[in-house]
Amino acid sequence: MTADALALAVAMAVASGLIGCFAVMRRMSLAADPLSHVALPGVGIALALRIHPIFGAAALLFFGALLVWALEQRTRAATETMIGIVFSAALAVGSLTTSGEDLIEALFGTSGALSRSELIFGLAGALAVIVFIVTQRDSLIVMLVSPEVARTAGINVSRLNLLFLEAFALTIALGLRFLGVLLMGALIIVPAATAKGLARNLTGMLYMAAGIAVLATVVGTWAGAWLHRPGGPLIVMTATGVFLLSLARAPS
Amino acid sequence: MDTILEVRHLSVRFGRRYVLRDLSFDVERGTSLAILGPNGAGKTMLFRSLVGATPFDGTVRWAAGTRIGYVPQKLDLERDIPITGLDFLTARTALARGTRTDLSRVLALVGIPPDVANQPISVLSGGQFQRLLLAFALVGDPNALLLDEPTAGVDEPGQEQLNELVSILQRDHALTVLFISHELTVVSRYATNVLCLSRGAACFGPPRTVLTPDLLRDMYRTDVHYVHDHADDR
Repeated sequence: MTADALALAVAMAVASGLIGCFAVMRRMSLAADPLSHVALPGVGIALALRIHPIFGAAALLFFGALLVWALEQRTRAATETMIGIVFSAALAVGSLTTSGEDLIEALFGTSGALSRSELIFGLAGALAVIVFIVTQRDSLIVMLVSPEVARTAGINVSRLNLLFLEAFALTIALGLRFLGVLLMGALIIVPAATAKGLARNLTGMLYMAAGIAVLATVVGTWAGAWLHRPGGPLIVMTATGVFLLSLARAPS
Repeated sequence: MDTILEVRHLSVRFGRRYVLRDLSFDVERGTSLAILGPNGAGKTMLFRSLVGATPFDGTVRWAAGTRIGYVPQKLDLERDIPITGLDFLTARTALARGTRTDLSRVLALVGIPPDVANQPISVLSGGQFQRLLLAFALVGDPNALLLDEPTAGVDEPGQEQLNELVSILQRDHALTVLFISHELTVVSRYATNVLCLSRGAACFGPPRTVLTPDLLRDMYRTDVHYVHDHADDR
C-alpha cells in the first residue's frame, strides 16, 4: 500500500470509529447497511458519465441522508420501513446500472490506483467528520438523553440530526474504495459495538472505536495485498475477530 | 402575582386528531403545577409544546429570563452504553458554558456522590438515574423545572426522597415546578394548582377544589378512591 493510500485508510477508519460510536448509541446500527446501498446507483451513474465513482456515490449518499432526515421528522417506525424499501430498491437499481468488474469493485471495494482528486476528497472528508464529532460531542451526548432536553439546552435538534446523518453518509462514501457498498456499514458499526462493550466512559469508547477501526483497516488491507485478495472482506473479518475476542473480556 | 408562564388556546394535533385542544392557563412564579390525566391525554405533548419541541397552535409565553430545566419521562437512550453520569453532566455543563464548580454544585444538590457519577449509567439504580436526570436539568441554573413523571420506575422510598428533594430545591431556589404525575397523594401534597387533561374538557385549580371524586371518575373512567387529607395523616 502506498503512503497516500495508507494515510487515507487511517483517516477514513478514524472517522468510521468515531461516527460509529454515536450511531450505535443512537441505535442506528441497522441503518448503516441500507444507507450504504444507496451509493451503488451513484457509482453506476458516475461511471456512465465518466467521472470518478466516489463522487457519484457521495452525491447519492448525500441525498439518501437527506431523505432519511426528512422521513425522521415524521414517525420513527415508518422511517425504518421506508429506509428498508427505498434503499433495497437503490441496490436493485444500482446492480442494473453497474456491471461486471465495476459492480464487484463497488460492492466489495477496489485496490485500483488512487487518483489525486480522490485522495484530497477522502482526506478532507475524513477531517470534516472528525472535526464534526470533536466539536459537536457535547451536543450529540445531550441529544442522546432526549430531544426535549436538548432543546432546553439550546441545541437546534433538527439541524444537528441532519448534520449527523450527512457526516454518517460522508463516512460511508469515504470507505467505499476500501470496503465497498456491502461491507462499509460493518466498519462503522463493528468497532463501535466492540468499544461499547469494553469502554468505561465516553472518551474511552471514542478512542477504542477509532483504534480498532484503524487496526482492522491496516491489517485487513495488508493481509489482502499479501494474499492477493480484496482488502474489504479481510478488514471486516479483522474487526469481527476483535469483536469476538472482546466478548470474552467484556465486564458484563 | 408574577406570572412566569401564560398559555392561551394551545392546541396540538396529529393530522386531524387533536391531542390537546384549546388549552389556556397561567402559572405563577414559584408555584407548583401538577398535570394529571389518563394515558394518552397529551401530558407529555403539553410539555413538548411548552419547550417548543413540537409544533402547536395558540400561544405559549414564558416570562423574559426564564431558563427551563427538563426531566424527560421515557428516554430514547439505551442504558447499556459506557457513558458515565459525569460524561453527560460535563457535556451539558459545557453547553451551558458552566465550570467544574457548577457541575459539582448540581451533583451535591441532588445528592449524587462523585464515585457514583463516575460510573457508567448502566449500573445506576432507578433512583440514582432519576437523580442524575434531575442534576442534568439543574445545570444552567433554571428557574422553571418541567418534570415528566420524575419518579417512574423508582421504588417507593426512592420516590418519596425524590419528591422531597424537588420540594426542597423548589423552596431553596425559588423554582417554578410543572410536574406530570399519576400519584394523587403527591399531587395534593406538593401542587399549588392542578391541571387535568382528559378526553373531555380540561380543568384547572387548587387540588382541594379540583380533585373531586366525580372528576376523577370521569377522567379515568373508573372509581378512584382518594382521601384529601392523606398527606396530613403522616
